[in-house]
This record gives sequence, C-alpha cells and structure tokens, in this order.
Amino acid sequence: MSILVDKNTRLIVQGITGNEGLFHTTQMVAYGTNIVGGVTPGKGGEWVLDGKVPVFDSVKTARDATDANATIIFVPARFAPDAMFEAADAGIPLIICITEGVPVQDMMRVRNYLDQKKVRLIGPNCPGLLTPGEAKVGIIPGNITIPGNVGVVSRSGTLTYEVLYAMKNLGMGASTCVGIGGDPINGTNFRDVLEMFEHDPKTEKVIMIGEIGGNEEEKAAEYISSKMTKPVAGFIAGQTAPPGKRMGHAGAIIEGGAGTAADKIKAMEAAGVKVAKHPEEIPTLLQ
Amino acid sequence: MKLHEYQSKTIFSKYGIPIPKGRVAATAQEARQIADELGGRVVIKSQVLVGGRGKAGGVKLAKDSAEAEQLATQILGMEIKGLPVRKVLVDEASAIDQEIYFAITDDRASKRPVMIASAAGGVDIEEVAAKTPEKIVKASIDPLLGLREYQARDVALAIDLPREYWKDFVKVAMGLWEVYKNSDATLAEINPLVITKDKKMIALDGKMMIDDNALFRQPALSEMRDTDEDAPSEIEARKYGLSFIKLDGNIGCMVNGAGLAMTSMDVIKLFGGEPANFLDVGGGAGAEKVAAAMRIILTDPNVKAVLFNIFGGITRCDEVARGILAAMDEVKPKVPMVVRLVGTNAEEGRKLLENAKMITAETLADAAKKAVEAAKKGK
Repeated sequence: MSILVDKNTRLIVQGITGNEGLFHTTQMVAYGTNIVGGVTPGKGGEWVLDGKVPVFDSVKTARDATDANATIIFVPARFAPDAMFEAADAGIPLIICITEGVPVQDMMRVRNYLDQKKVRLIGPNCPGLLTPGEAKVGIIPGNITIPGNVGVVSRSGTLTYEVLYAMKNLGMGASTCVGIGGDPINGTNFRDVLEMFEHDPKTEKVIMIGEIGGNEEEKAAEYISSKMTKPVAGFIAGQTAPPGKRMGHAGAIIEGGAGTAADKIKAMEAAGVKVAKHPEEIPTLLQ
Repeated sequence: MKLHEYQSKTIFSKYGIPIPKGRVAATAQEARQIADELGGRVVIKSQVLVGGRGKAGGVKLAKDSAEAEQLATQILGMEIKGLPVRKVLVDEASAIDQEIYFAITDDRASKRPVMIASAAGGVDIEEVAAKTPEKIVKASIDPLLGLREYQARDVALAIDLPREYWKDFVKVAMGLWEVYKNSDATLAEINPLVITKDKKMIALDGKMMIDDNALFRQPALSEMRDTDEDAPSEIEARKYGLSFIKLDGNIGCMVNGAGLAMTSMDVIKLFGGEPANFLDVGGGAGAEKVAAAMRIILTDPNVKAVLFNIFGGITRCDEVARGILAAMDEVKPKVPMVVRLVGTNAEEGRKLLENAKMITAETLADAAKKAVEAAKKGK
C-alpha cells in the first residue's frame, strides 16, 4: 500500500521542458516512476527523453490523453500558483509542488480554492514524495533509502535526506517519505500525513521531522496522543535559532515567542514521541 | 522585509486612510523647519525597525519648533535596542480621545488573512492580548472574496465603536485590506488608530512587513528596503542569493538546505560550541556561490573554525568541493576547516579535497564535534 504514491501513480510533470523539470523527470523515470506526460504551454506535440514522454500544452489536454492521476510542478515561483489552479481545474486529485518562493498570499488563495475542490496538495517548497521501490515523485535522491515499514514526514529537504540515510545505514527502510515543505501556508500538514500513516498497513512506525515556526507540530502531537497507535520518533530543527529571524524557510521564524523548538519538543514528548537530540539519533529511537 | 513607519503611512494615505500631516527628517534643523510648517506642536518619532520605540524614549512631544529641534537632536543621537536612529518622523500633534488597535495579517492556522481589532489600542497592546484576550476581536477573511464591508461593521460593533464612526472605520478597514493585498504584506498594522477630540479617525502609527517572496512583483517596495540596519555580510549574502544570518558564536557554518543548516547549528551547540552564523547555500549551489559563502563567513573575525556540511541531492558534492578550493585559493583562510560531504558525487568531492589540508568527517555528529574541538584550539 504505502501512502499517496505507488506503482499505480500516473504522473505528469508541469514545467517538463525547463532545466529542473527535465533533470528531475530523467531521475524519476530512472527510478521507475510511471511518468505519462508533461506540460509546457507552447510546446505541445514535442517529446522528451528520447521520445519516451509526450509534452502537452495544458494540464487538461495532458490528462485527457494520459488519464494522469497526479502532477508534479517544477515551474518558477511566479507561475506556480497558476500551475496549481490549472491542475485543480483539470481534475488532477494529487498535486505536488516543488517550487520554492511562492508568495504567501498566492498560497492562501490556492489553498482555499483547492480545499473547495477537494484536491490534495503537497508542498510547495518541498522535496516531494518517495515510496521506495515503487515511485519517486520529487527530488529526494532514490539511492539514500530502501523499502521498509517506517513512514517519514518532514518540513525540510536535505535534513530529511540526512535521516533517510541514517536509517539506511542501520538497515531501516521507509514505507513512504513525505516532504510537506517549509512554507507557512502549505497544502498538507503533519496531522494529515500522520493520519494516513496510521491507516496504512505497510507503515508500522513513524518519524516526524519538524522545525521552528507555526504550530503544526503541536497539532500533530495532539493527534498522536489522542488517535495514534503506532510509535513515533521525532526531531525539531532550530533549537538555537534566534527569535524574529527567518531561517531560510519562509515558515521557520519564531514570532512573538511562539513556535519555539522548546515548546514543540515539550508537546511532542508529552504525546509520547521520542525526540532525538540530533538527526542521526532518530532511527535508533525506533529500533 | 520591514517598512518604516513613515513609509507605511505614506502607503496607507494612498489608499484613503487618513494620516497626520508630517514629513521625515534626517537632521534636527530639518525637523525644526517641518515643525514650523506644521504650526509648532509636533511629535518627533524615531524611525527604526524595532518595536517599543515609545518606551525607549524615541517618541517625544514638542510644544514648538525650538523644542522640536532640541528633541530631534536628542533622538537622532540615540540607539534603540542597538539600532542607531538615523531618521525622525515629524508629525503634527493630535489631541487623542480613543486609541484603537487595527491590523490585517496572515493566519497560518486557518490559511487565511485575519483582521484583528481592539478598543484597547496603544503601546500596551501585547499586554492586553496576554492578560485580557477577550478584548481582542478577530475576523477571518476569505482570500478569494476579499474583505467585505459587513465584516468591518461587525468588527466595529464587536469593539463597541460608537456608531457615528462606523463609516470612517469601514473606510479605513477596506483601505487597509487593499494595502495588505496590493503590497503583498504579511502584516499591515495601525496602532493606534485614533479618534481625536475633534472627532476625526486618523492612523497615528503604521507598520508593515512585506513578503520577501513577493518582492519580484513589488519593485517600488523593494526600493524602500532600508539596509542601514542589516549586517554588511547579510547584504553581501543577499547579492549572491544566499540565505545568511549572522550570529554571535565562533564556528562558521556552510550547509545546503535551511532545515539542515538550522540542524547543523543545533548539533554544534549540542556538543558545546557556538555557531557564528546560519548559512544555506541553497539547492544546486555552484562553485561561485560556494566561494562567495566562504568569503562571507571568513570576514567575521570571531570565526575560529568552519564547518561544511553538504548533503548532495540536486547539489553535487564535487561542484561544492571545487567552490571550496577556489575560495581557499582566494581567501587563504587561517582557521581550521571541517568538511563533511555525503550524497551525490561525494566520492569525487572528497578526492578533490584530499590535498587541501581539511579535517574530514563521516557523520554530522562527528563533524560537529571536530569543529567544536578545532575552534577551542584556535582560541
């Protein structure tokens, strides 16, 4: 089973002919992801990857021709909101937006529109999804993790790689790894993903990697303590970050004393989550 | 990006929100001249990008232009929370009857903008929010519909605003919504919004924060950025698209990815060290960017050791290694360097650095320990 993406995922790539889009399409296809098409307005009819993947002018035409059930977005920030609206209007039920730097007011409009349409969005500003051995929908390097029974959910990119790699070194594999992204307004939060892992028969344990800013980790802790039966280990990045400074991720900022690492760790520990002191320690807490 | 009070109020005024007459001055003589134009009785307000200016003595009332000059001299020589005052706003003084708090900001929890108001506005609004939260009224705004007038009236009612001011309040609220939306603000705040003794509603103070990610479509606002208060290294970093924040420790950090960069700082601290900075070189960082990052880190004289932690994904470790070599050639650093390369092309990267006299590490914990040790020896 795993969650969100697997062998049955039929993926299209929005921005497939751009530098990043093309590079990662190649990587995803090499991993075995079923990419059925791509979209670049004005380049419909062309093919990429030596004639293996057709390019369409719009998401609608791509979906009609390929029956795609997921899309991944690699377009620049100024075009990303439009790409998300287009995918939702074309009836794609799962949108993964890798793009970083999308303005927050755009994201509020996108999120409210997508909620009305009941479309699931992952990201933006995220590394995407990886179900080891089945589908890589994003930019997480495929060779740093192996199939297994640990669900991983994270707000970060390379920090997630660090954890997957530490897991692999211990022989521990992942059911699905979900990067929900580092922006203040995103499509899917920790709680949503934890609920999916709780109901996924292939996931037996969960790793949750949070960071300073916002209160999604606290909400996740509430869910863990009231509803979750599977063991959870975690980590919070930004314990040494000063208040009021934005630590790269638009969401990683301690505002008015709220969103500190200490508060989050306290909430998680109170919910029975084992919180690691450094990322390489996380997988050992689940052994 | 934060805007100064005078910048925020100028924007408010363009959207029909009444503000006091006044201008900004960089010298006491200018302040005196503006006070003369305004009829003498003025408020001298320091323009620094921190809160609590009034309590720090950075806002003063002058009864005539001579006193305005004297107070401006005093305030222009001040430092507020470590920031030197370089400009003052000279505003016509108002006789205040009531102070209201009014703001529009992003609400992360509801994923929507929120309008916040309180009849107990003024300098103690944080205390009001903490001790008597029932005095703070909030109303959620649908980002697809925008603020509707009835919502503004509802808020006016909820804060017991006398009916005779509802029309003015709705005008201010709708104006501030347009300010917030059209400026890509993450915060547009009026505190206080006052009712004067002669029954006028005026935005006495103003504060705005602009979404950095939206500056590409806000060229006029981008130009308002005041870099006087940024560390020179932060300005330099911005030029190269590096995310950099200077801190007080002695271990320089260069990491790819914001989450991992924060974590590397945390792990340094865990093993008894103090990070000198936050630095995310970003995804796909090429040699040129890496070299710039290294120069910026090494301009800080406190730095006694540098930790490079690169987890290659899109970023290729060999590319980073080339950047490190180029920068070492140019900067000739005298402090020890600890390098950890993992992921894409890590092997090639490590080979390139073999002869560079750097300390290498396998794990993040190991790298942090070595950097802490090296920094201690360097003292």
